[in-house]
Amino acid sequence: MARFTKLTSHAVPLPAENVDTDQIIPARFLKVIDKSGLGDNLFCDWRYLADGSPNPDFVLNEPASEGAQILIAGDNFGCGSSREHAPWALTAWGLRALISTSFADIFKSNALKNGLLPVEVSDDVHRELMAAVQADRAAELSIDLEAQTLRCPGGEVVRFEIDPFAKHCLLNGIDQLGYILSFDAQITAHEQRHA
Amino acid sequence: MTEPRTLFEKVWSDHVVVEEPDRPAVLYIDLHLIHEVTSPQAFSGLRARGIGVRRPDRTIATMDHSTPTLPRDVALAGLDVLAKKQLDKLAANCEEFGIEVFPWGDQRNGIVHIIGPERGFTQPGQTIVCGDSHTSTHGAFGALAFGIGTSEVEHVLASQCLLQRRPKALEVRVDGTLMPGVTAKDIILGLCAKLGIGGATGHVIEYTGSAIRALDMEGRMTVCNMSIEAGARAGMVAPDETTFAYLEGRERVPKGAAWDEAVARWRTLPTDPGARYDKTVTLDASKLTPMITYGTNPGMGLGVTEPLPTPDDFDDPSERAAFEKALRYMDLEPGKPLLGHPIDVVFIGSCTNARITDLRAAAGIFAGRKVKPGVRAMIVPGSHEVKKQAQAEGLDAIFKAAGAEWREPGCSMCIAMNGDHLEPGQYAVSTSNRNFEGRQGKGGRTFLASPLTAAAAAVTGEVTDIRTLLMS
Repeated sequence: MARFTKLTSHAVPLPAENVDTDQIIPARFLKVIDKSGLGDNLFCDWRYLADGSPNPDFVLNEPASEGAQILIAGDNFGCGSSREHAPWALTAWGLRALISTSFADIFKSNALKNGLLPVEVSDDVHRELMAAVQADRAAELSIDLEAQTLRCPGGEVVRFEIDPFAKHCLLNGIDQLGYILSFDAQITAHEQRHA
Repeated sequence: MTEPRTLFEKVWSDHVVVEEPDRPAVLYIDLHLIHEVTSPQAFSGLRARGIGVRRPDRTIATMDHSTPTLPRDVALAGLDVLAKKQLDKLAANCEEFGIEVFPWGDQRNGIVHIIGPERGFTQPGQTIVCGDSHTSTHGAFGALAFGIGTSEVEHVLASQCLLQRRPKALEVRVDGTLMPGVTAKDIILGLCAKLGIGGATGHVIEYTGSAIRALDMEGRMTVCNMSIEAGARAGMVAPDETTFAYLEGRERVPKGAAWDEAVARWRTLPTDPGARYDKTVTLDASKLTPMITYGTNPGMGLGVTEPLPTPDDFDDPSERAAFEKALRYMDLEPGKPLLGHPIDVVFIGSCTNARITDLRAAAGIFAGRKVKPGVRAMIVPGSHEVKKQAQAEGLDAIFKAAGAEWREPGCSMCIAMNGDHLEPGQYAVSTSNRNFEGRQGKGGRTFLASPLTAAAAAVTGEVTDIRTLLMS
């Protein structure tokens, strides 16, 4: 997994609440057997018009969104299905961090396994951030995972919470399966106890 | 004396292999269900690491999401290249790693959350995972069952374990007697409307109360299935005589003395008196009416005779914006009733409502009636076993005589990645679990409801209060 330490970037504002994984990557694109190539279909049904051309009204198509590595979304981002294709599509497009007031459980777990940092902030901070980024699309935000801080465009620094183990894995690019497999003897003992 | 514990705590602690300070628990998984869509990358990961599947005997594979619901010989000719590749990949992976698979067209095949319970793989007290959020279905048996991503599918294949933080416990107590025409689906749609789509995030739900006890296993599965639609990863119902009666004699459950031992163990699972939940929510079953969703998430639901909300009903500006956005997508007017709204398609199927009792309920409405001209009604059994049973009871004949389509098993129009989908702008009454924008096909609009309400809409051609048909 890619390491995540610090990130400074402008952001894409997507104020919609309850953005579900069917919007992030519609099911018809799940007929793949690898993880690559999903970025072009990220938010497909919002991003493209019926004739396949880019929808000029969708934020991802605005020139100001180009190169952004942070997405600021509404509450309960990533609800719905367990498809890991959602974080694969988001990272393939270039995103490294997401900011919301909350994330759906399975989505959050999937994002963390793909070097995509979900940052949860309070309603007040979220409102100010969204307004600041909408007002100035070039405004930069900085995330420092070690310090668990987010620097807003106005210079205000807010702290965010993250599961300490997930943080450790992201900072060091640690793959969780290796950690689980280190308990092989205990797993075997559990299997024997419950046989 | 040990502390009184909840059903969830008992199953959880029985499966913790290791729990280090500041680390998530290593949780042992008893049953791993896999399917073609969320597993190929996990197998590739195993191969890249040069490791095998730890417990192929605890892993079961089926093909359901991308399989067409036309007869196999007809569908094969027109099968999408990508879908074929995905199905072939699962078959090859299962062969390479020694995993039992129920392929497309096999008589044991069906939707993953239908065949698990039906064949007796699903049992009380187990931990069950699958790369599918509706794995919560299996919680109806008193199992801790939840959906996982593909990285975690790889973890379980490799180690039979998962890293998990212990979730909070939410009791949903449903007391009272359901009125005629009101079903398990209406309970869960009522709960989603009450909690909202994110209302149970971070929690495992335990459903308790007389209305839950009164449900048969298939009704309990419908309720647990949609726990995720309120944000809960899992929903559970304590096992009881209804559970044991359903399981006894099924293919993969213990037999003879082993069965008696298993039942004795399962009887220790229900929540102890005095055990505490982190939170309790109540629902009065006797006040529920047939439910239907109007918006673009399963929490946007109401009684079928109620008028839609208006923007003024929402104090929170972002909730108001979400409501207005949903109504624009659905092309509905605020404050108006949904009753009488014309519909184009009726879909009866999915892991929520494609079991034999669902089909019997629908057939009761179709019997002696006709599908309204211009309406397409699709009945998609959840498995070949369900299909066989329905045909033995003559339900297929009732559906066909009414003018409905009787299809082959699969996820079908619930996920719209297998050839079955809505056309842009079409309205459907669906017994599935999600009404997200485009979920049933790009531009399609979904009203979620029970099999009774869906069948009623098929024969009237509009959103209908099923109770009016039951009286006539």
